[in-house]
Amino acid sequence: MTTTATTPRARRAHRWRAVAWGVVGVIALAALWELYKLVGPADGWLVGAQEGVTGSGIRLLPRTSDLAMPHIWEMFARIVEPVTRASGALPLGVVVLLAALTSLGVAALGWLVGVVVGFVLALLMLGFRIAERAVLPFVILSQTVPLIALAPLIRNWGSRLEFGAFSWESWMSVVIIASYLAFFPVAVGALRGLQSPDAAHLDLMRSYAAGWWTTLFRLRLPASVPFLIPALRLAAANAVVGTVVAEISVGFTGGIGRLILETAVAASSDPAKPWAPILGAVLLGLVAAGFVALLAAFLSPFRRQETVA
Amino acid sequence: MSTPNPSTPAPHPSASGGATTATADATEAVVARGVERVFTGAKGAEVTALTGIELTVHDGEFVSLIGPSGCGKSTLLRLIADLDEPTAGEIRVFGKTSRQARIDQSYGIAFQQAGLLPWRTVAANIELPLQLHGADASTRRARVAELLELVGLADFAKHYPDQLSGGMQQRVAIARSLAEQPRLLLMDEPFGALDEMTRERMQTELLKIRAETGAAVVFVTHSIPEAVYLSDRVVVMSPRPGRITDEIDVRLGGAAERGEDLREDAAFFAGVTAVREALHGPEATPAAGAARGVDVR
Repeated sequence: MTTTATTPRARRAHRWRAVAWGVVGVIALAALWELYKLVGPADGWLVGAQEGVTGSGIRLLPRTSDLAMPHIWEMFARIVEPVTRASGALPLGVVVLLAALTSLGVAALGWLVGVVVGFVLALLMLGFRIAERAVLPFVILSQTVPLIALAPLIRNWGSRLEFGAFSWESWMSVVIIASYLAFFPVAVGALRGLQSPDAAHLDLMRSYAAGWWTTLFRLRLPASVPFLIPALRLAAANAVVGTVVAEISVGFTGGIGRLILETAVAASSDPAKPWAPILGAVLLGLVAAGFVALLAAFLSPFRRQETVA
Repeated sequence: MSTPNPSTPAPHPSASGGATTATADATEAVVARGVERVFTGAKGAEVTALTGIELTVHDGEFVSLIGPSGCGKSTLLRLIADLDEPTAGEIRVFGKTSRQARIDQSYGIAFQQAGLLPWRTVAANIELPLQLHGADASTRRARVAELLELVGLADFAKHYPDQLSGGMQQRVAIARSLAEQPRLLLMDEPFGALDEMTRERMQTELLKIRAETGAAVVFVTHSIPEAVYLSDRVVVMSPRPGRITDEIDVRLGGAAERGEDLREDAAFFAGVTAVREALHGPEATPAAGAARGVDVR
């Protein structure tokens, strides 16, 4: 008869429990790391070594030496220390945050471009059956092209663009690559969502003599939301990954991807350092996911499903 | 009550619109002449869903279409609603083409599934047709309040469809179909998914609503008692190819006079028997009827 409407109090308790379990998960991961570091052999496991023969056998990673697996607390201690020994150097954490913020801006732009392109493609495929048959295979095919192969191409093409005061910047290449990864889930998810209204609803709109656009705005768009939210989340994750990878292959400095590469070089002398930008990248992903969750909260009325009780 | 004559499956005289003029048609809710609908399958195979349909529904009349699955009763309703087009023949709704009638919102429609938009509240669902046709906010609010009162859901305006029972959802759908004050209601097994008790209550409510609005109703059903209880006239259809085989006048009084006790009335049972015999022939027993695919509830 009525829904199993949980009370706000129960819902709040549920949310707190979810947060608590999340914290427990992170702590458990850290504990596992430290435990393995404690009991694992410093040089990893040597399997099938013949006695007296040096260099025989296969070494199984990971090593647990401080170089390969620094303590968790060393990683965090490193974050507040200056990034280099140069005087006036900012703490590593601040440098990471600034880089993450730069990457966030680029990723957000890539996401936005990807969402718009994906949505336009979905509308095109919805409006013209022929477009669905012609475009969809290419949309799917596009995702099989490796990103690494694409990055130099885009940078190359971009650098040839020049009109007036406009000149191609390397961050634009990053945006394009991020959007290239982001548009795919949106195109496929939005198309499925826009096609989701059942025949009865479409008949109803027809009986109201509603045109294509009216049907789109009043029926298809709201109905697509449950399909769109996961697509947007996937697009956000893709945009972040695309940004980090593209920064490295395009050679865009200032972002988190570049920072990961730079600090990795320093790993042999400063083993805790590379972990800071990796944490920064994780943070970036969390912020992106959080943003989509916020968007989903605003669209929650459209996620109701009609159920016959 | 007319005596059904199953041996001659010709249309009832009142159904044939051959003699009616165009001006007379305008006063009729629905006039179908020589309507045929042939579906062409994937491999070019043709299925005749409807053939030779002659049907007139008078203004304010309640007509049920009954018959076994595949007799084309739903197809006929869709043709009247201009959700589908006949391959031959012509359908006029209040003297207009069915297409024009759809554009003019001359009819309201309800399906077996309530088909409410889950993201809209009950009130917003009822409001949908008014909103689509540009009625202003205050008109809309007043009309929605009126309709909620009519279907007895005034307390549920702000509820969402998933918070309602199947019967309540269907009441919302009926209220929505009445939003534009149509003179014709098209209903495709609107109570088909409901349990028997809810269904009987909804039937009585539909009669009440119909008495208040005075609209003509074309009601598709596969339940004989439902058809008899609700209708002024029951149109009996038969499959392969879908056609009208008989029409039975059910004179159980006006919609306002019908009530629950009518279900116990001898005239009601006589009507049920007449429709059953029209469907299966006079020798048919209820058991045989069930075997032929028609619900004898």
